[in-house]
Amino acid sequence: MAAIVVENLSKRYRIARTAERVAYRTLRDDLAALATWPARRLRGRIDRAEDFWALRDVSFEVQPGEVIGLIGRNGAGKSTLLKVVSRITKPTAGRVRLRGRVGSLLEVGAGFHPELTGRENIYLSGVVLGMRRVEIARKFDEIVAFAEVEKFLDVPVKRYSSGMFMRLAFAVMAHLEPEILLVDEVLAVGDAAFQKKCLGKVGELMRSGRSIILVTHAAATAQKLCTRAILLDAGRVTSVGPVRDVLAAYSASALPTELGGNENIRVLAVRAEPVAGESIAVDSGIRLTVDFECRVKARVVDCTLEVSTGDGIVVFHAGTFLTESEPCDEGLYRVTTHVPPHTLNAGDYHVRLIFGQARKILLFGQDSVCRFEVANVPVYGTLTPLPGVLRPNLAWRVEYLGRCG
Amino acid sequence: MIALTLPEPPARRDPTDAAGPPETLIEPPGRWRWLPLAELWAYRDLCRMLAWRDVQVRYKQTALGVAWAVFQPLVLMGLFAVFFRRVAHVATGDVPYPLYAYAGLLPWFLFAGAVSAAANSLVDSERLITKVYFPRLVIPIGAAAVAVVDFLIAAAALVVLMLAYGSRPGWGGLLIPLAVGMIFLTALGVGSLLAALNVKYRDFRHALPFLIQAWMFATPTVYLSLDAGTELPDWLWATAHLNPLTGQIAFARAAMLGEPLPWAAFGVGSAVGAVLLAVGVIVFARVEDGFADAI
Repeated sequence: MAAIVVENLSKRYRIARTAERVAYRTLRDDLAALATWPARRLRGRIDRAEDFWALRDVSFEVQPGEVIGLIGRNGAGKSTLLKVVSRITKPTAGRVRLRGRVGSLLEVGAGFHPELTGRENIYLSGVVLGMRRVEIARKFDEIVAFAEVEKFLDVPVKRYSSGMFMRLAFAVMAHLEPEILLVDEVLAVGDAAFQKKCLGKVGELMRSGRSIILVTHAAATAQKLCTRAILLDAGRVTSVGPVRDVLAAYSASALPTELGGNENIRVLAVRAEPVAGESIAVDSGIRLTVDFECRVKARVVDCTLEVSTGDGIVVFHAGTFLTESEPCDEGLYRVTTHVPPHTLNAGDYHVRLIFGQARKILLFGQDSVCRFEVANVPVYGTLTPLPGVLRPNLAWRVEYLGRCG
Repeated sequence: MIALTLPEPPARRDPTDAAGPPETLIEPPGRWRWLPLAELWAYRDLCRMLAWRDVQVRYKQTALGVAWAVFQPLVLMGLFAVFFRRVAHVATGDVPYPLYAYAGLLPWFLFAGAVSAAANSLVDSERLITKVYFPRLVIPIGAAAVAVVDFLIAAAALVVLMLAYGSRPGWGGLLIPLAVGMIFLTALGVGSLLAALNVKYRDFRHALPFLIQAWMFATPTVYLSLDAGTELPDWLWATAHLNPLTGQIAFARAAMLGEPLPWAAFGVGSAVGAVLLAVGVIVFARVEDGFADAI
């Protein structure tokens, strides 16, 4: 019997479409709105709320012992799905059936209070997560040992280092022993050794028949831990199945949604694909392909790709002429280039496309024609991505130059 | 690369699982529903821990700590003694006026403290509400319970005052828990209603202190004796009794000071209080599903 059954689940949020979007309503505004309602009604200026479907007809089942990776872009509905399944928010339509106690790790340290000591916080946070006090008392020593904070038990957690805080918070959650565990990327906490311990705990829970839904951006984590994956896109399930298939679908979905054009150039397709392997990762290499129709003739046309990080830092700006030094013909063209493995670091990237006439006159340009994600490949025993835009595989040479002095 | 050699799992399952895991059904919110009393009971530890946390944190953060609980009613007692006794010449029978005022202010501060703590509790617990599931009513209950702790501390000062004035408690003192319970439940009703409003309308927070202050002066028994009302017009006196605190505070004071117990006034006040509790809690349950989205 399935541990989680999700049937036609939908969640709608209302977005106020007023001119000035206020974060919160005030009674004063509502009273004012009530008073001026007839006048606005007469003038036909009633504000209508706009619907936003965070989840749309989502259905799937999770069997005991399964670890489901929930994959999708930011805003695809992953967090909303976890919030509905963990009962934090109610669905608008559809239903969820759960068999067993649910533990949701949507945030590390939920319920912690900085003024209270480690000991006090173990009880507080445990009770917040749904444990009984006696249960916490029974597992107390185990939790403390797992978190490795024995010496700091009677110190307020505001004096803890962030690593200690994370360890303690995770330790409490890990000892909740729910049948169903919902995890939102909190595994990326602490140092390498502790991450290993966390992954070990997840594996242990998995093999003791618990069901886990794990929201992740990292393809590597999904491939290591998950038995199946679900791809969410704009609130809908677009792919379910073996992890590698879903990850491939995720990479393919990085296609642009709207391609532009003008009287000079019409863009037909822009793709970012791995050169080797199933999905784009630090070590896969990236093949960038642009298909387009050139509508001008007898001009020297060039095509340039500008790749930027999600934060807007331009990584490179490079391109080519369609023909060597002579005017090109009208027609269909495909421009391909390879970004070698170990060039881009893990992260989100987007591609800007620029067509020019001999790099002097702009024929056509479009921002963000293609987005892609480079998955992290762990190094130095840590799952956390390294800092930096580039992640080159440099050749190193070490020489011993003899003793000092 | 991280080596994923997972340790062997200990063959350990909770023996309580033998009965089979509980089933949960998550559906779109209905319009009105009954209070999930069984679920609230299951989360009683959380109520207690939240109240305990608030007491702990206040004790650790403020220099005076729990002394605040005594300080406020004592200061008001002094003011009342000057204005009502010396200026307005309010009669309180055999009981010295300061003692009389303190015994009325004590239950009033229980009510006022519980209402304002409960009303602000949801907005202050935003992080919990958006990250973890539990019956939301435990938050105002836990917050209001802190006022009971304050009441107990302030009551210690009352004992000192009574000794100082040579006043002795009677058997009515045994009914103090009843009075405290009714005042607490009334405050919980009002507080949870205000808490729900507070989530929707953030400017409510600023209106709250004024509302509570106005309510105090609309509760004549805080500073007058129940009999003093006979000098008021009948309709005004009847209206004052619709305020549940009028009877409840008169009863609490009588119980504390060993005076004759005003059962009729207490009955009326408790009935109105029960209605307020029902309204507050039902409205709260009606809108609690939306808190995580609105907060």
